[in-house]
Amino acid sequence: MRAIAIQFDDVSKQYRLGEIGTGSLSRDLGRAWARWLGRPDPYTIVGDENNLDYAKDHVWAIRNLSFEVRQGEVFGVIGRNGAGKSTLLKLLSRITAPTSGVIHANGKIASLLEVGTGFHPELTGRENVFLNGAILGMQRSEVRQRFDEIVEFSGCANYIDTPVKRYSSGMIVRLGFSVAAHLDCETLIVDEVLAVGDIDFQQRCIAKMQNVASSGRTILLVSHNMTTMSRLCDRCAILEKGELVYIGDTDAAVERYLKQNAKLRADADLSQHQPRSGTGHARFERFWIENESGDSIEMFGSGDTVTFCFDVRCRHQPIENLDVQFSIHELNGDILTRLTSVAVGAEFTAASEFQTVRCRLERVPLPAGTYTIEVRLVAKAEELDWPRGAVASFEVGEGDFYRSGRSIPHENSKFLIAGTWSDGGRE
Amino acid sequence: MTVDHNLRKLSDVTETHWDLTIKPNDSPLSLKLGEVWRHRDLLYLFIRRDLVAFYKQTILGPLWFVIQPICTTIIFMIIFGQIAKLKTDGIPPFAFYLCGIALWSFFSECFNKTATTFRDNAALFGKVYFPRILVPLSVVLSNLLRFLIQFALFGLVWIWYSADGQIAPHATMLLLPLVVLVMATLGLAGGMLLSAMSTKYRDLVFLMQFGVQLLMYATPVIYPVSEIPTRLKTILSWNPLSPLFEVTRHGFLGAGEYSISGLGYSMLFAIVMFIIAVIAFNHVERTFVDTV
Repeated sequence: MRAIAIQFDDVSKQYRLGEIGTGSLSRDLGRAWARWLGRPDPYTIVGDENNLDYAKDHVWAIRNLSFEVRQGEVFGVIGRNGAGKSTLLKLLSRITAPTSGVIHANGKIASLLEVGTGFHPELTGRENVFLNGAILGMQRSEVRQRFDEIVEFSGCANYIDTPVKRYSSGMIVRLGFSVAAHLDCETLIVDEVLAVGDIDFQQRCIAKMQNVASSGRTILLVSHNMTTMSRLCDRCAILEKGELVYIGDTDAAVERYLKQNAKLRADADLSQHQPRSGTGHARFERFWIENESGDSIEMFGSGDTVTFCFDVRCRHQPIENLDVQFSIHELNGDILTRLTSVAVGAEFTAASEFQTVRCRLERVPLPAGTYTIEVRLVAKAEELDWPRGAVASFEVGEGDFYRSGRSIPHENSKFLIAGTWSDGGRE
Repeated sequence: MTVDHNLRKLSDVTETHWDLTIKPNDSPLSLKLGEVWRHRDLLYLFIRRDLVAFYKQTILGPLWFVIQPICTTIIFMIIFGQIAKLKTDGIPPFAFYLCGIALWSFFSECFNKTATTFRDNAALFGKVYFPRILVPLSVVLSNLLRFLIQFALFGLVWIWYSADGQIAPHATMLLLPLVVLVMATLGLAGGMLLSAMSTKYRDLVFLMQFGVQLLMYATPVIYPVSEIPTRLKTILSWNPLSPLFEVTRHGFLGAGEYSISGLGYSMLFAIVMFIIAVIAFNHVERTFVDTV
């Protein structure tokens, strides 16, 4: 049995929601006054989370988390947005303190939650390498020893004596990652920083990580990218709403995570959805997504071809000029696009009680991310059924949208266009 | 019994074995000196960054460290010396103001720059851990370097005037290291306290900015204590900075009212304030990321 590198012992972290600090001076003064007089705190919340206001204002980002990471292990943490992954990393990196519980660790820990942390724009690349290295916990002598290696890896050798403010963002990221990649530590904590830079650099980063892993160091990795996880991790934990729901073998964890998403998300039973409006002459019963071979799926890649399917139940038939509408939204609710069957001239006539309407989407131009679906049923400008709010959601992973075998990160893109490129030079 | 004993021994071993333990609460008074020492390279680089970034892309470069106090001194000589006709205890005005300005800018820079520690470094603190006290420490140390440069300038002026016989130094000038230490502690403690409190109440930042300006007039920077009416002297004696200015002037320029009890008061004030500041700073440091 290998020694333990990191141990979480019943760790919880609570955050207070809403505006913190504003208007609390009077409360703080009142509290101090009461303490001075020897009275109990007038603002103590009795009954803790049983109290509705308290439960509304406070949220457990992580709750009763206990697990161990052994030395030399590559340990992955999987979870949806808001599952508590980042909080876990922040606690372990000592950026914020836990509300309760204890974390133990052995060996020197280097945590990499961002690349290029603390870069000063006025300083040169060289000066920043030393500064950044020191911020990450390296001695100057260590940085000096590895300086050439770091610069070589970043590919910024020609600009190393130029102030960083003249660098492109890509160069800053490369230089930042290079410093981090050469950290001398026993345990490395990494947060999705692999998805930086161009493809060539990404490949080198992953190779470097594998290198670090095979040298017997412990890595704790958090990523959305299941491919990276499967490739790098020995063991994985799944977090859900701050609690640990699974810990064990990576393949099993990834499979479980994806399946769990399927159950929760893309395949939605709409018959009981509330609230909804409309005459109710016809109603949505179910929504799901099929891949090209007709299987119900919860996740697909950018550029895949999928079919959105709607089960509609009609109380009276036939209903003519049936118009099925749906919209795709970002997680924050912003609408990306709305599709209506009428727009492309497809109006259905519902002849039987159960009707399945299909909409095939070819080469879906959505970047990786989570999206939600809203649906509406209209006939002859009359609203039949409108289940309010998001009824289903699906996940898009990195995919081969460009048909080039390349996956490009799109942090800031809302949709993708391949374009047809040519370079016919002037004659 | 033996089994039990062995078990206890084993658990003792595993308990003491950890290199790092993260708990909800840390000792409120801990300065984490061991950690600060381990991060001494970072401290050095922070100081270097502060000093180097100050004159990057300037033509005169580090010369600005001395141009600033000279200009301020000349302005003060005109406004307070010529127009307001404030007395300078018989000390040549240039030496008098330069001495005061060097000391005052050391204190106010220490205070102002450390007071925004958490606000200015929120992005950095949110991404990586190092003992947070390194930032205020680096501010104080880089300001100490600036002060030494400025005080060296004062030294040149001082040599000029004493060669001329215009000023008579005293042995109290040997107290300068103590004065600087107390002043640095006061600036650091005040700044740390404010930085800790201003994570919650941003108003304090604005209050502080003009508070420090006002404090200069309540400190014998541009006037000597001897010129103050007795009535106001008691108020002035509450200011822990006053004895520091007066004793420095007495030592180098030969005129100034100070007392040992006044110096003792300043030191005590600095120590108490520093302890309070460390408690407040440690308290905020642990979870400040959640509130900013």
